[in-house]
Amino acid sequence: MAEAILQVRNLKKYFKTNSGMLHAVDDISFDVREGKTLGIVGESGCGKSTAGRTILRLLEHTSGQVIFDGVDITKLSGNKLRKVRKDMQIIFQDPFSSLDPKKTISQTISEPIRVNRILTDKKQVEERVLELMKTVGLAERLINSYPHELDGGRRQRIGIARALAVLPKLIVCDEPVSALDVSIQAQILNLLKELQNKMNLTYIFITHDLSVVNHFSDDIAVMYLGSIVEKAPAEELFNNPLHPYTRALLSAIPVPDLRHKRERISLKGEVVSPINLPDECRFANRCFECEARCRRGIPPLLEVSPDHFVACVHHTPPEAAGRAAGEALA
Amino acid sequence: MGDHTAKLILDVKNLVVRYETEDGIVHAINGIDLQLGYRETLGLVGETGAGKTTAALAMLRLVPDPPGVVECERLTIDGRDILNMPSAKMDDVRGKDISMVFQDPMTALNPVFTVGEQIAESLQIHEHLDKRDAMKRAREMLELVGIPGSRAGDYPHEFSGGMKQRVVIAIALACNPKLLIADEPTTALDVTIQAQVLELMTTLKEKYDTSMIMITHDLGIVAEVCDVVAVMYAGHIVEQGTLEDVFNRTKHPYTEGLFNSLPNIYNRTAMLKPIKGLMSDPTDPPPGCPFEPRCEYALAECKTRNPDLVPAGPTHKVACLAYEQEGFHIKRRI
Repeated sequence: MAEAILQVRNLKKYFKTNSGMLHAVDDISFDVREGKTLGIVGESGCGKSTAGRTILRLLEHTSGQVIFDGVDITKLSGNKLRKVRKDMQIIFQDPFSSLDPKKTISQTISEPIRVNRILTDKKQVEERVLELMKTVGLAERLINSYPHELDGGRRQRIGIARALAVLPKLIVCDEPVSALDVSIQAQILNLLKELQNKMNLTYIFITHDLSVVNHFSDDIAVMYLGSIVEKAPAEELFNNPLHPYTRALLSAIPVPDLRHKRERISLKGEVVSPINLPDECRFANRCFECEARCRRGIPPLLEVSPDHFVACVHHTPPEAAGRAAGEALA
Repeated sequence: MGDHTAKLILDVKNLVVRYETEDGIVHAINGIDLQLGYRETLGLVGETGAGKTTAALAMLRLVPDPPGVVECERLTIDGRDILNMPSAKMDDVRGKDISMVFQDPMTALNPVFTVGEQIAESLQIHEHLDKRDAMKRAREMLELVGIPGSRAGDYPHEFSGGMKQRVVIAIALACNPKLLIADEPTTALDVTIQAQVLELMTTLKEKYDTSMIMITHDLGIVAEVCDVVAVMYAGHIVEQGTLEDVFNRTKHPYTEGLFNSLPNIYNRTAMLKPIKGLMSDPTDPPPGCPFEPRCEYALAECKTRNPDLVPAGPTHKVACLAYEQEGFHIKRRI
């Protein structure tokens, strides 16, 4: 198994609001293996984007550790932080608002190269820009075009080229294909996969689209109201989902195949506000298997089978269950 | 009007819509025929710029003019000639006989009126109810879509996205329309909320015998709620048929491309096979088949001749010249 390039430990990000503390990311921990993809799925407001941004220190964390390449980057500042930043890049969801409308493609892609002084010679920078454009499949003639002249797919390619310009090790992809049509979506997903294989990139792939995350990820973490409720290798998560929320989420995907028959689990209600949360299972209010004990404290994320973690009182790991049984006997 | 229209809620023949702008003429819809039986649900599928929304607007006579120019041989809804109806009369039809649910519930509602008032408005106009009765019905409609009637006095910003879309659906169904046009009604919603809203729409449609046009880019949604499907590409219908025809006996290379672009739930590591290139510029469509520049089966003839939509089975139609060759078939197999 590949080494973990990124270890996130007990990461929290709270926002102060007028009505109380908003728990956007509430104590999440996970590892991302080098050259692999961790998918983070969840619905709007579950904290997946905030998590991605806090890991990159685009947002300052409330507490916890982010260990990248052996260094806790939450403690870095100044030059040291700037150096690490080069290794960690982000691709944003909306290719329309994440590009500066007043900059040409060439200016956008060359900026990180110049700012980080990777290359200083004008000629070399231009060569590098052309090389990057070729890597992401942009025609050379577009080098002096502005974002408004291009379609969504091409704009997202610029976003990818900009991220690659500093030769990063880790890229956070925040809903990179959600704004694109399916045929273009497939082009971009294939491009990202190809780049990963070629450059041994590590991805954190944030999305609400379960079929995309399944296709793209090695491991998947499911988030609900700031917490990870289930985490497993992609195959395992889809074949053997344990948390009631994961099961409901999987059953809600519309499948474009008439042979596909399944029981749909309809969830009641909607996600509650992440402000001033009660001390109980975050999903209890919508859960179809909720019992009294679900209201007693937040269930911890426990390993129930190798690499499969669940935070639900209905799924206790074998040794914990054994212990409980032993105690009962004694 | 012929007898055949009596069995159809919607009958459109040779609809053409173009936008005449300073930068050139945008050919949004290039001659489509659509027929829909009572209580049926039609899925209108395609990507951005295929002309799905323009088609819906044309059926409601809402294409802005100028720059829009609409030409059509026949447009009837529930046997009534919509094409030649005076504008004032159209106001009686819209919101009463035909309703529309828009994609974005955040912008479809008026922020300065309560949701109750917004539902009551169409009841006052079309059903001539007085304000009190209309508000009473509005509360009932809210209950129907799963929102407590007591919230009728709340403003749109006090509701979540899923709830707002339920309000929009309540408005659309308030006057019991014969035809409901839903334009990407769940695209802005989360999957679990999407599942709730789709379930609600299908239940209400059954209950009130409404016919529906579901405009979507999501083939998964089509598989779930539609009876018949029309696939649009660059302002043309390229394939049309029952759900089984289009999903299990796919004929058109573009439809195949759409399926291949989607991650496969049975084989998660299979490489996606995207359609190469982009949709052609609608101000400068190719002279032949609109899909020819992106098609892997294209013949020399496809560059010059635009195929007609011809029968490929009892209920199935396809517009592709490759089928004129003996024994031609696409690669997709179910």
